[in-house]
Amino acid sequence: MTAAHAGEASLLRVDGLTKSFGGFVALDNISVEIRKGERFGLIGPNGSGKTTLVNCISGALRPNKGAVVFGGDDITQLPPNQRARRGIARSFQIPRPFRSMTVAENLMVALDFAAGHSGSLRERQEAAMAILSKMGLAAKARALTATLSQVELRKMELARAVAMGPKLLISDEAMAGLSTSEVDEVLDLLLSLGGDNIAIIMIEHIMQAVMRFSERVMCLDAGRIIAIGAPQEVMANPRVQEAYLGT
Amino acid sequence: MARTNIAFWSGAAVFLVAMLVMTQVLQNEYPFFAGYVILQFVVLAVAWSILGGYAGYVNFGTNAFFGVGVYTAVLLFKALGAPLGVQILAAAIVGSLLGLGVGLLTLRMQGIFFSIATIALAIIIETTVTNWRYVGGAAGIQLQRPPAMAPFDSYVKMLFFVQAVLVVVAVATTRKIQRSRVGHGLQALKDDELAAECTGVPTLRLKLLACVVSGALMSAGGAPAAMYLQYANPESAFNLNYSVSVLAMSLIGGTAHWIGPVIGAILLGATQQLLAVTISSEVNVLVLGVMLVLFVVAAPKGIIGLLRRSPAKTGDHP
Repeated sequence: MTAAHAGEASLLRVDGLTKSFGGFVALDNISVEIRKGERFGLIGPNGSGKTTLVNCISGALRPNKGAVVFGGDDITQLPPNQRARRGIARSFQIPRPFRSMTVAENLMVALDFAAGHSGSLRERQEAAMAILSKMGLAAKARALTATLSQVELRKMELARAVAMGPKLLISDEAMAGLSTSEVDEVLDLLLSLGGDNIAIIMIEHIMQAVMRFSERVMCLDAGRIIAIGAPQEVMANPRVQEAYLGT
Repeated sequence: MARTNIAFWSGAAVFLVAMLVMTQVLQNEYPFFAGYVILQFVVLAVAWSILGGYAGYVNFGTNAFFGVGVYTAVLLFKALGAPLGVQILAAAIVGSLLGLGVGLLTLRMQGIFFSIATIALAIIIETTVTNWRYVGGAAGIQLQRPPAMAPFDSYVKMLFFVQAVLVVVAVATTRKIQRSRVGHGLQALKDDELAAECTGVPTLRLKLLACVVSGALMSAGGAPAAMYLQYANPESAFNLNYSVSVLAMSLIGGTAHWIGPVIGAILLGATQQLLAVTISSEVNVLVLGVMLVLFVVAAPKGIIGLLRRSPAKTGDHP
């Protein structure tokens, strides 16, 4: 227990990240640090760079400048599958299930490849079932993903991410298009995962959810950080209100 | 798991013994002449399904791999008088290298673009061989078969049995892939490559592996064709009909399970042989086309899909 409290607890550090598409600068010199087990809200208007940031962290995109440091290692040049095995899991804004597989088989991919689960087939199936029960999807384990409802698909994506055994889970608008009660359901799930010492970055447009969930909130606008801090402070920030409401 | 393995290998052993006994008992050479072609298509279709079925990358360049197998055999035979086993082994190595090249194409190309690139690849290789005097150029090359080895009394019967061994090698390899984590990973990347990658699946490595194994098997399956015909020319060795037939066999059989391409190849291969002796060899292509259309419309998942529809889906199949 020396002086380096912050450094010790740091899980993810994004350092001067810049990403442009042609002449359009989607991310402009973003630097932010996420602690272990932190619940972190990421907000901003459409096109502000939230998903681009997530893509740079998960490896789907390579930044033009800057670095991504995870668990003390520079992972900027690693492909997504190696980042996944180091403990970065994500869900997608539009769900991307493996459509030819059942729900349980979807989780098995995560267990086999990202979590490096070395147990027998039965042990892995049991591990998948345990996660599905926790997510309230046990009854759907043998269903094809094409038969799932929207909220079930969202939960399946989260379950698949959890099966990867992540240290960081990025939830990209997991609540978009859900009803109020379904939003609460997914929110409770995410909150319960935080208890497992998984840091969660939640991208969301539903403000009540962000407020209830986050320990810290960051607001992006046009690729820049315009506010970061406690949820109430960020919401009260005039620049944030301007970005959302347009003066 | 263990029990289905025993069942599989017993089946393979019975198959090989039956084929061997046939070569010893039957005097007429024609069944072996026709059977060779069917077995060859089984190898090609099963090998094709590794990349085209499991990984979802539709390879139109089967003829490139087949022709490369034929000409590797021709080259080694002419230059060194290499025996059949060496020809096949060398063809597998060259085929795997070609597969690696095709695998690197998948880095930048998906879907229809990948398929077109594989056609282009076949044309490039065919043109190169056409202009290569040493292996006969456009006119082709005659090959004199060495005497058959014991216990076979004719070279065609020997080639028939060799092709049967290649069938077992191809099916065992494909079955192994299908049942392993590799197969599961390929299925995931077929469904959604980005999601697979973000779920920890090393997509590039798996695609390269699929291309290399598929390529090696296809070229190995093509290698004995030089000795079978005692003649090779670029136009027939790189004939696009191989690509079309193999694709049709895999899709009509169904690519969800290794048995699909086997059924498809036997069914279509036998039909083609039958039509070739009864009507004409030209009508083959027509029949192939009609069957492909019928299946795409009525049974997009092939014969396997039709068989599987009724029973409940099981987690682990033999």
